Amino acid sequence: MSVDDVVAELRDGMTVGIGGWGSRRKPMALVTAIAKSSLKDLTVVSYGGPDVGMLCATGKVRKAVYGFVSLDSIALDPHFRKARQAGEIEVSEFDEGALQWGLYAAALRLPFLPTRAGLGSDVMSLNPELKTVTSPYHDGEDGEDAEELLAMPAIHLDVALVHMNRADRYGNTQYLGPDIYFDDLYCLAADKRYVSCERVVETSELAAGGPPQSLKINRMMVDGVIEAPGGAGFTSCVPDYGRDEAAQKAYAGGDLFVEASR
Amino acid sequence: MSDVTRAEVCVAACAEVWRDAGEVIASPMGLVPAIAARLAKLTFAPGLLLCDGDADYFTDPTGAAAHLEAHIPYRQLFDQVWHGSRHVMMGASQLDKFGNQNISAIGADFARPKAQLIGVRGAPGNTVNHPTSYWIANHSPKVFVEKVDVVSGIGYDRARAAGRAARFHHLHRVVTNLAVFDFATPDQRMRLRSLHPGITVDEVVAATGFVLAGTDNPAVTLEPDAEALRLIREVLDPKETREREVPSAGKS
Repeated sequence: MSVDDVVAELRDGMTVGIGGWGSRRKPMALVTAIAKSSLKDLTVVSYGGPDVGMLCATGKVRKAVYGFVSLDSIALDPHFRKARQAGEIEVSEFDEGALQWGLYAAALRLPFLPTRAGLGSDVMSLNPELKTVTSPYHDGEDGEDAEELLAMPAIHLDVALVHMNRADRYGNTQYLGPDIYFDDLYCLAADKRYVSCERVVETSELAAGGPPQSLKINRMMVDGVIEAPGGAGFTSCVPDYGRDEAAQKAYAGGDLFVEASR
Repeated sequence: MSDVTRAEVCVAACAEVWRDAGEVIASPMGLVPAIAARLAKLTFAPGLLLCDGDADYFTDPTGAAAHLEAHIPYRQLFDQVWHGSRHVMMGASQLDKFGNQNISAIGADFARPKAQLIGVRGAPGNTVNHPTSYWIANHSPKVFVEKVDVVSGIGYDRARAAGRAARFHHLHRVVTNLAVFDFATPDQRMRLRSLHPGITVDEVVAATGFVLAGTDNPAVTLEPDAEALRLIREVLDPKETREREVPSAGKS
């Protein structure tokens, strides 16, 4: 597939989950193509970085679902801030662990998963759809009250977009950096899953590239593979490349589609 | 007169946060807490696990003979957080008398905040699951407010209201550039525990936007001992990055 093929599959109003974390291994080639498309009214679910900022700045976002939006070495994304401070987008802000739980619940086809993460905080009042659940196993014999936990609702995705280091043409993918983040959960939580990668290789080459556990997202979880060298843009995609701090600075300064030097 | 700087007092006071923490992840946020956590691990808290900023944890915080001892990607980090094996030291844009923290947004209207900050991040989950301390580099009435705009990390009043599910909530210390605080009052309000050398109660009261407990007889914050000072100055922070967060008079 090409980047444009993926954009052609998307529709206005879809819920799109974007993998990576902050300014790390973000599928920026795909995100940039969406930003330059005519798509609108998207709900974006993300451990937010420049993906969220770029889509806000180009008017693609109706709603953002996140725990944070940060560029790591630059603490706050100015484009996301601007959209928020103008009241341009709806948001659901969750604890970042609870966000994982929402994706995991969707992945497991459960309506919710219980957690403490959010209890007592304004996450509960600012997201009035959130409900609590009382432990059904409490018998009161210990003289204590039952635990009342946040029932974190499943966050179902229409589409998941993630960027990997390697993949074969069947959708078996490989991450070679320090962390998969939540990319496998995005894939399991979504109806359609598109993976861009630095390099498409033969299946026989995957095992030589890294340990077996680097093959975390496989062809059961992927609908399309896009070869996109440098596809993480200025965000980091170690060990293939680190973050291009100068390009990120330019992005933060307003040069939205700055080319990273790769 | 001692030649110990305020920044060095702050490093030592932040390090104390992890005394007796045992074998847990120490997650410092900010320059002074980062030096402090490494100082604690090097001296009185060798059980601490320290992250390199990604997912790797190394044995020696000086970097001299550092071996990878643990690999904890985010998925597992949340497991450790929810398991309780972590003590975080977070910052706060606002903090109230019960220790409610805001890092999400400033302003009365969340739909259109005056200033969007980073988001609640892991603060709700951290505070409800494991011990939390705070580092405030610039103690002022803008930070220490009567009521925070968005409760991100939860304070004692919110934890009480959440009931038994919040029983692992524990706010340990608040360290600022002026003083050290805890929540050891009957209703668990912020209490002045010790003043940094040279700071007066009046200065702290004037810089705090709510009524403080413990202002009658505060102790004086302990200065780092000779070995701690050597480690801070020669090993952990020879470039004096600590001065960027807590500048000494005449330096900036």
